[in-house]
Amino acid sequence: MSAATPTPHTDRLAPQVSRSTVVAHAWALVFLAFALVGLIVLTIGPIVASFALSFTDWDLLGPPRFVGLRNLQDLVVDKIFWRALQNTIAFTVVSVPLGVALALGLALALNRKVRGIGLYRTLFLLPLVASNVATSLLWGLMLDPVAGPVNYLLGQAGLSQPGWLGDAIWAMPAIIIMSVWKGFGFNVVIFLAGLQGIPRELYEAAEIDGAGRSSKFRHVTLPMLSPTMLFVLIIALIASFQVFDATYVLTKGGPQNATITLVYYVYRAGFQQLQMGYASALSYVLFALTLVMVGILWLSQRRWVHYE
Amino acid sequence: MTRKQHNRVVSLATHAFLIAAVLLVSVPFYWMTVTALKPFADIFANPPKWIPDPVDFTAFRRVFAVLPFATLMLNSAKIAALGTIGQLISCSLAGYAVARLSFFGRRPLFFAILLSMLVPYQVVMIPIFVIMKNLGLIDNQLALIIPNFLGGALGIFLMRQFFMTLPRELEDAAKIDGANPFQIFLWVILPLSRPALTALAVISFTALWNDLLTPLIFLSKTELQTLPVGISTFTGQHGTEWNLLMAAALLSILPALLIFLVAQRQLVSGIALGSAVKG
Repeated sequence: MSAATPTPHTDRLAPQVSRSTVVAHAWALVFLAFALVGLIVLTIGPIVASFALSFTDWDLLGPPRFVGLRNLQDLVVDKIFWRALQNTIAFTVVSVPLGVALALGLALALNRKVRGIGLYRTLFLLPLVASNVATSLLWGLMLDPVAGPVNYLLGQAGLSQPGWLGDAIWAMPAIIIMSVWKGFGFNVVIFLAGLQGIPRELYEAAEIDGAGRSSKFRHVTLPMLSPTMLFVLIIALIASFQVFDATYVLTKGGPQNATITLVYYVYRAGFQQLQMGYASALSYVLFALTLVMVGILWLSQRRWVHYE
Repeated sequence: MTRKQHNRVVSLATHAFLIAAVLLVSVPFYWMTVTALKPFADIFANPPKWIPDPVDFTAFRRVFAVLPFATLMLNSAKIAALGTIGQLISCSLAGYAVARLSFFGRRPLFFAILLSMLVPYQVVMIPIFVIMKNLGLIDNQLALIIPNFLGGALGIFLMRQFFMTLPRELEDAAKIDGANPFQIFLWVILPLSRPALTALAVISFTALWNDLLTPLIFLSKTELQTLPVGISTFTGQHGTEWNLLMAAALLSILPALLIFLVAQRQLVSGIALGSAVKG
């Protein structure tokens, strides 16, 4: 009401308005104090510092020594780096589609009003709740050529029994199997929430138009689920660049660098070989890779993500 | 094939698929439990023993003898509990600000917080290590706890999404009664936020309980170390003692598992809320 009442004393009101703005900002600062310190000290500052460090040679003991583009030059000819990059990309390219497709399939199956959805959901989330260290050990046992049941069953079925984590060819697939097993439950939960958010009327309308099961799936379910799909893909992509624990626990990057990932190489270069400058340069490759891949996915949404 | 037959085939296939998935998840956990309950001699039995016979608890006892297991567990519990409290405080405060308070630069700030999810920890860990070193916090569990009091993209985002769903009228009524924003937050908003806070608590606790990389970097003394690091050092020394390794892994899973089972409903709705991204 007061706003609607014209007043001749606008010059008197003005400072009052700005004071309430100041108060509002002061309150905002109170609420945000912790998070702002965190954003500046633990994220933005380190991003800048790490960029600067990537042009230095530093063993943590003396002061960092500026070396220009040396780290970058070293990186280009570093065979382990290329192997790590290749492994990281291979892991992403296989594990993301596999994990997302498996989760989507299970969510669709559960969404057909199967009894006990909650029970399935609980079970599928168990691998996620268990620590990476525990599940890595668990799969280390499952895939153990001597003590593990997987190779025993493969043998019973007359199939070949790979050496898994001890074999340069099979070690990466083993890590991928573990990771997909561990993470798919999270995506099932998200897909289920997405599926349950699709209005029933859309299916009814499609049925009236004579749509069958597969055409309802293609013309209602998939487009309506596409925003969820984008979210799942972005999260899965980010996570897929972060494979550290399984490699650390089981293979230490071996055999013959078959499972070394970029994150593991950053750790090794930084905290085992104390080459902080080189590790920073490596971490920026990882950063760039993440940004480019997520950026591509984000820009692609215009083509396939359907918004109401 | 008639439509009815077709439906039955699809239904059967659906169930077969689900059963396969259930086996895929439960067999490894079953094998873990069974192995932990076997005497060492039975681990390499061929054909494998699917039921432990005799049931043997030696491995569980040996875990406590070989590792300072109780200390490790206590360290993990301390870090996870304090870190979770930090996340709850800092993320709910910041989440409320970006959801409800009006201030200059609110949208860019929220966007920056979201973008920070794209920053791999490996990019920031070396500078953070240097900060902690300068603060004298290397080999101090505070190095793992303090950052949790400084927000975090996921937690802030989750809380913000939840606060956006609350009706504004509640705050308006309190405002008319002369409450300041902090009082409104404390007495009106927080009591309604149990589900979101529970979800965030479960996520934070599990993440901290299971964290391997940060304790590995910041802590080197065994008496300060956490469970995941302690167990992972095990693999080198006791690589084929699978009953021992599985007993340790099993024990390490239990606390997070219990919390998850108690609070899973809130966790599931929290994940669902977080995935419903709307600006």
